[in-house]
Amino acid sequence: MIRLRDLAFHAGDFTVRDVSLDVPSAEYFVLLGPNGSGKTLLVSCLCGLIRPDAGTVEIGDRDVTRLEPRRRAIGYVPQDYALFPHLSVARNITFALRPRGVPHRRALGQVAGIIDTLHLAPLLDHAPATLSGGERQKVALARALAHRPKVLLLDEPVSALDMPTRDEVLERLRLVHRRFGVTTLHVCHSITEARAVADRAGVMIDGRLAQTGPLDDLLAHPADAQVARLLRVPYAAD
Amino acid sequence: MPSVAGPRVHWVSVVTISVLALFMAAVLALVAADLLYLGEAEMRGGESVLAQVLGSPEIRHAMYLSAVTSGISLVLVIVFAVPIGYALSRYRFPGSIVLDAIVDVPIVLPPIVIGVSLLIFFRTPVGRAIERVPSLEFVYTTKGIILCQFFVSASYGIRAAKSAFDGVDRRLEHLALTLGCTHGQALRTVALPMARNGLAAGAVMAWARAVGVFGPLMILAGTVRMKTEVLPTTIYLELSIGRIEPALGVAMLMIAMAMVALTAIHAIGSRGRWWGT
Repeated sequence: MIRLRDLAFHAGDFTVRDVSLDVPSAEYFVLLGPNGSGKTLLVSCLCGLIRPDAGTVEIGDRDVTRLEPRRRAIGYVPQDYALFPHLSVARNITFALRPRGVPHRRALGQVAGIIDTLHLAPLLDHAPATLSGGERQKVALARALAHRPKVLLLDEPVSALDMPTRDEVLERLRLVHRRFGVTTLHVCHSITEARAVADRAGVMIDGRLAQTGPLDDLLAHPADAQVARLLRVPYAAD
Repeated sequence: MPSVAGPRVHWVSVVTISVLALFMAAVLALVAADLLYLGEAEMRGGESVLAQVLGSPEIRHAMYLSAVTSGISLVLVIVFAVPIGYALSRYRFPGSIVLDAIVDVPIVLPPIVIGVSLLIFFRTPVGRAIERVPSLEFVYTTKGIILCQFFVSASYGIRAAKSAFDGVDRRLEHLALTLGCTHGQALRTVALPMARNGLAAGAVMAWARAVGVFGPLMILAGTVRMKTEVLPTTIYLELSIGRIEPALGVAMLMIAMAMVALTAIHAIGSRGRWWGT
């Protein structure tokens, strides 16, 4: 579960303000928004990498507003996957279990289910530099899930992939979500992408959360002209 | 490197490779002149230079002292350079630009200025207080040699460490934080292993610089045979009494050490990223 209340923060001159959002447990929520709308910054704030100026962040019934990133029980997949280039695929996947004191061999046993689900067994000894974009995405996803986080944060997880791989990855994300039941916040700017995975969606514009709801409702009743323009649907003001 | 379309021989390649060849020829000419001189000296019936160098207890002691002092100063450089390089690479704070510039001061200063400044420092009340601490005397001691080597070579180590950490994407450390690492664990498991090639090259560079320090330690530690004599001191002392062959022999030894060190730096630098299993 993710609960944001009146969240406000800034990064440089850019300000995100008054963000309130509820993502119930096990929901797949997609946050849509144009480039520069503050989506990635919001994810960074959820991760604890940006300190909020006001408001609260709750993850899994816990107020984590002032907690360090490591205590937030989150799994984060950045836009470019950011695999650790000096570690093998196996070490990347078990990375989160290392600071928790789990020896590598035992850690591999603990993540066997994730490795099976994502068909990563043949890649375990590979170096990240030798992987394709789709394979990197799978490794990043496995790494983010390894410590059983309460929330999975995906920052534009398919934007760097070609079209056929995108469809495959989106299908995989749904599968992972079904199998592990982890609350997921997926940031992107593609309605097609949102339609493929979302239970519900939200629209972020200019640092504010303009609207949330089922994607069909958003498309049928955009809250304002900016939302309608982003969703490419007509907007009729009252 | 991908091949570039166009004629195989281009005037840019001709000019740049010619300049490179000219420079190499100049460096090699210096070494060749030394070797020729030593060869002629041996032909004239003198003792083998290698025998003179290795047979001299003073020179053997200088080799030993050079190895010990430069090794200790290298450890000190690593202890200081890694955290300083990381701080300069990662944090911006008031005055950080000035501090960044101060790090380079020993590189641009004539080394002898460092020796003079150290000698003057140990004449101040603080310096005298330090000198009064048992086993912490620096003036005219081997500890003074280490101090001079440290001050001259630390900047090279710090600069290399900063460059090495600059080359590590900071977001990877942030990601490590989200995966459960403390800042210290992110440094140890991400930043340090990823920067290690650059750090190793910087350490070799700093060590090579430390071995070659002479000016400052002549001022602070003196040039006392078998006491504060390191290899550069030997060259100076042997020349001062007209023994050119042993001086040149030690110089050749130092050139060989420098070549090994620089080759190691390039070998480390050209290695690809490593990864553990």
